[in-house]
Amino acid sequence: MTVHLEWIGIMVLWTFLYGYLIVASIDFGAGFFSYYSAVTKREHIINKIIDRYLSPVWEVTNVFLVFFFVGLVGFFPETAYYYGTALLLPGGIALLLLAIRGSFYAFANYGARKSRLYLFLYGATGLFIPASLSTVLTISEGGFIRKEGDDVIFLPDRLLTSPYSWVVVFLALVSVLYISASFLTFYAHRAEDRPAMELLRKYALAWSGPTILASFLVFVGLSQHNPQHFAKTMELWWMFALSLGCFLGAVTLIWKRKALGWAFVLVMLQYAFAFYGYGISHLPYLLYPYVTIHSALTNSTMGVALVTAFIAGLFLLVPSLYLLLRLFLFNAKYVRGEKGGPHS
Amino acid sequence: MDGLTISRLLTAETLGFHIIWATIGVGLPIFISIAEAWGIYKKDPHYILMARRWTRGFVITVAVGVVTGTCIGLMLSLLWPRFMQVAGNTISLPLFMETFAFFFEAIFLGIYLYTWDRFRTPIYHWLTSIPIILGSTMSAVFITTVNAWMNTPAGFSVKNRTLTNIRPLEAMLNPATPTKVAHVLSSAYLTGAFLLASIAAYSILKGHQHVYFQKALRLTMVSGFILAIATLIAGDLSGKFLAKHQPEKLAAAEWHFETQRHAPLVVGGILDPETLEVRYGIEIPSALSILAKGSPSAEVIGLNDFPRHLWPPLYVHYLFDLMVGIGFYLIFISAVFLFLWAKKGWNEWHPWVMRGILAGGPLSFLAIEAGWIYAEVGRQPWMIRGMMTVKEGVTTSEHTLPVFWIFTFLYFALGIIAVTVLIRLFRNKTPESELADRNIIL
Ligand code: HDD
Ligand code: HEM
Ligand code: HEM
Repeated sequence: MTVHLEWIGIMVLWTFLYGYLIVASIDFGAGFFSYYSAVTKREHIINKIIDRYLSPVWEVTNVFLVFFFVGLVGFFPETAYYYGTALLLPGGIALLLLAIRGSFYAFANYGARKSRLYLFLYGATGLFIPASLSTVLTISEGGFIRKEGDDVIFLPDRLLTSPYSWVVVFLALVSVLYISASFLTFYAHRAEDRPAMELLRKYALAWSGPTILASFLVFVGLSQHNPQHFAKTMELWWMFALSLGCFLGAVTLIWKRKALGWAFVLVMLQYAFAFYGYGISHLPYLLYPYVTIHSALTNSTMGVALVTAFIAGLFLLVPSLYLLLRLFLFNAKYVRGEKGGPHS
Repeated sequence: MDGLTISRLLTAETLGFHIIWATIGVGLPIFISIAEAWGIYKKDPHYILMARRWTRGFVITVAVGVVTGTCIGLMLSLLWPRFMQVAGNTISLPLFMETFAFFFEAIFLGIYLYTWDRFRTPIYHWLTSIPIILGSTMSAVFITTVNAWMNTPAGFSVKNRTLTNIRPLEAMLNPATPTKVAHVLSSAYLTGAFLLASIAAYSILKGHQHVYFQKALRLTMVSGFILAIATLIAGDLSGKFLAKHQPEKLAAAEWHFETQRHAPLVVGGILDPETLEVRYGIEIPSALSILAKGSPSAEVIGLNDFPRHLWPPLYVHYLFDLMVGIGFYLIFISAVFLFLWAKKGWNEWHPWVMRGILAGGPLSFLAIEAGWIYAEVGRQPWMIRGMMTVKEGVTTSEHTLPVFWIFTFLYFALGIIAVTVLIRLFRNKTPESELADRNIIL
C-alpha cells in the first residue's frame, strides 16, 4: 500500500483528541465558572446554559475520550503496554475525577446542582481533569518513563519536579477557561441573555492573555526538556504563527462584541493550528524514545479493518452529530429556553 | 495481597458493578420504545407516561453505566497491559466499533430526552428511540464478541511467538460468539422486563389501584415470558457450545469428572475436595448428556481428561445452579401470571403473585451476576484460553492496592447515591399525580 496506515491512524486519533479538547474544555470551564459564580452569587446566569446545552451532550463529550484511548490501543497496541504499565496510579486518579464529573450530570437534575459539595466537586474536577490529562502529553516527551529489561517504570518524582510539566499544566488550565468562556459568550448571545453574555465576555477576555503567555512558556520549557522536538516545532513555525493570528482575530471580535460565532471559530482554529503543529512535530514518536508510530503500529490487516470501520462509522456519526447540533445549538428557540427539556 | 490478586479483584468488582447498569442500559430502551409506540398507536396516554417515567430512571442508570464503562475501558489497559497489547493486535476491531455504537446511542439519547414535545408529529420523537436500542444493543454485541474471543481465540496464527496472518472478522466471529451474544442479549432484555415488572408489582402491593400499573405489568409480563423462554433456549445452546469448545468449563460447573455416556446432571450438593465425591446432590440421570449434546447416550468429556493445574475453580457449580434455577423461576412466575390472566374469573393480581413478580427483578440481576462470574471464573487460569494465563497478562506496576481502594470506594458511593436518587425521584412524583397534572382522565 502506498498510503501509510500509521499516518492515517494517528491523524484520526489526533483529530478525535482535538475534538475532545474543544468540547471537553467547554464543559470543564463551565464547571469552574458555575462554581465560581455560585460562590459570588451569580449562579442563575450560567446554570441555565449548562442545563440547556451541556446536559444533552455530556455523554457525547465522554465518548470522544473513550474513542481516543480505545482507538489508540487498536492502532498502536504497543502503547497499551508502555503507558498502561506506567500510568496505573495517575490514570486511576484521572478516571476517578472523570467518574465524579460524569455522575454530576447523572444526578444534576435531581438535586446535585443544589448541593454545595457536588457543585464544588464539579468545579474542581473541571480543573483537575485537564491538568491530569495534560501530563500524559508531558510524559510522552520522554524522561519520565524508564525501561529496565522487560519492566516499564514510571518516575513520578521527576514529573512533579519538572518545570516543563508544570507549564503544560498551566497552559491546559488557562486554555480550558479561555475556550469555554469564548464559547459560552457566543451561546449566551444566541440565547439573548445579555447579562450572562457580558459576564462571560469578561471571563473570555481575562483568560485570553494568559493562554499566550503559557504557550510561550511551553516553548521555552520544551526547548530545555526535549531539544529534538523543539527543533522540529521551529520548522513548523508558520502553523504557530497562524495560531497567533487567529488568536488576535478572536480577541478583537470578542472585544468589539461582534460576530461572536466567528470569534469562537477563530478560537477553534487557534487551537487547531497549535495542536496539530505540536502533534506533527511530535511524530514519529508516541513516547520518546521508546515508541514510534512505526514500531507500535498494529498489523496491516487490522489497520485496514480499523480504517474501514472508521469510514463506515463516520457515515453514521456525521449526520447524527449534525442533527444534535441543529436541535441544541442552532435552534434559536431551544437556546432561548422556549422549548423542550428533560422534565416536560 | 499480591498485585495479581488485587488486579483480579478490581477487574471483577468493576465489571460486576458495570454489568448491573449496562444490563439496564441494554434492557430498558426496547420497553420504553414499545410503550411509546403502543401509546401513540392506541392513543393511550398511560403508555406515553410509562415511557416518560421509565426514561427518567433510565437516564440515571445509563450515566452510571457510562461512568463505570469508561473506567473499564481504561482499566483494561492499566491492569492488563500485556493482554491489551495482544488484544489490540487481534480483537481491537469490535472494541473500536463499540465506540461508534456508544456515539450513536449517546447522541440520540440526548435528542430523545430533550425533545418530548418538540416535534409536531409524535412519531418523529418515537423514531429517535430506535437508534438508542440499536446503539446499546450493538455495544453489547461488540463487547461480547471480545469476551467470546477470550474464551475461544481465533483469527490469527502464532509463528515464533509473534502473531501473524491476522483475520479480524474471523476473530470477531469466533466459535463462542453466536451463543454468547444470543444469551447475553436475551438475558439483558429479560432483566429489563423483570425490573420494570417488579416495580409495577411493588406499587400494586402498596395499594395503588390505578390501571396504569396493571397495563405496565401486563406489557412487561408478556414480554418477560417470551424472553425467559428465549433465554432458556440460548442458555441451552451455550451449554452445547461449551461441551464442544470449552468442555472443562462445563465439566467444572457440573462436577463431572469421568468422561462417560449417559452423564447425569448434579444439582446442588457438596463436593469432597479430596476424593471429589459429591454428597447430598440431586442426580438427574442422563440429563447432562442431553444438555451438552442433545441426546441421552452422548459422551460428555470430564475434568479428569485435563491436567489438574488447568482446572477452573469448582465452586462455579453453585453459580451455574443459581443462574439456571432463577431462569426456571422466571419462566414459572410469568407463566402463572399469564395463565391466571387468561382464565376468566381468576385473580392474577393476587398478592402472592405480585410478591413472586417483585422477587423476579432482583433475582434476574442475581442471575446475571452468577452467570458472568461463572463464565469468567470458569475460564481460569486462562485469560486468553490456551494462549495467555491471567498471571502473564497482569501489570508489573506496584500501585495496584491504592487504585483498588479508590475504586471500591467510588463504586460504593455511586451505588448508594444512584439508588437514593432513583427512589426519591419516583417517590416524590407518583404516576397518579402526574396523570392529574397532565389532565389525563380515563
Ligand atoms: C437473567 C439472566 C440469566 C438467566 C435466567 C440464565 N442465564 Fe445463563 N448466563 C447469563 C444470564 C442468564 C449471562 C449473564 O448472560 C451469561 C454470563 C456470560 C455469558 O455469556 O452469559 C450466562 C452464561 C451461561 C453459560 C456459559 C456460557 C459461556 O461461558 O460461554 C451457560 C452454559 C448458561 N448461561 C446456561 C444457562 C441455562 C441453561 C439457563 C437456564 C434457564 C440460563 N443460563 C439462565
Ligand atoms: C460485564 C460482565 C462481566 C462480568 C460481571 C465479569 C466478571 C469477571 C470476574 C468475576 C472476573 C474475575 C475472574 C477471576 O479472576 O477469577 C473477571 C475477569 C476478567 N474479565 Fe470479565 N466479566 C464480564 C465481562 C467481561 C468482558 C466482556 C471482557 C472482555 C472485554 C472481560 C474481561 C475480563 C478480564 C480481562 C479479566 C481479568 C483476567 C481474568 O481473571 O481472566 N470481562 N471478569
Ligand atoms: C456484556 C457486558 C457489557 C455490556 C452489556 C455493556 C454495555 C454498555 C452500555 C449499554 C453502556 C452505555 C453506553 C452509552 O450509553 O454510552 C456501556 C458503557 C461503556 N462500556 Fe460497557 N458493557 C459491557 C461490558 C463492558 C466491558 C467489558 C467494557 C470494556 C472493554 C465496556 C466498556 C464500556 C465503556 C468504555 C463504556 C462508556 C462509553 C461512553 O463513554 O459512552 N463495557 N456499556
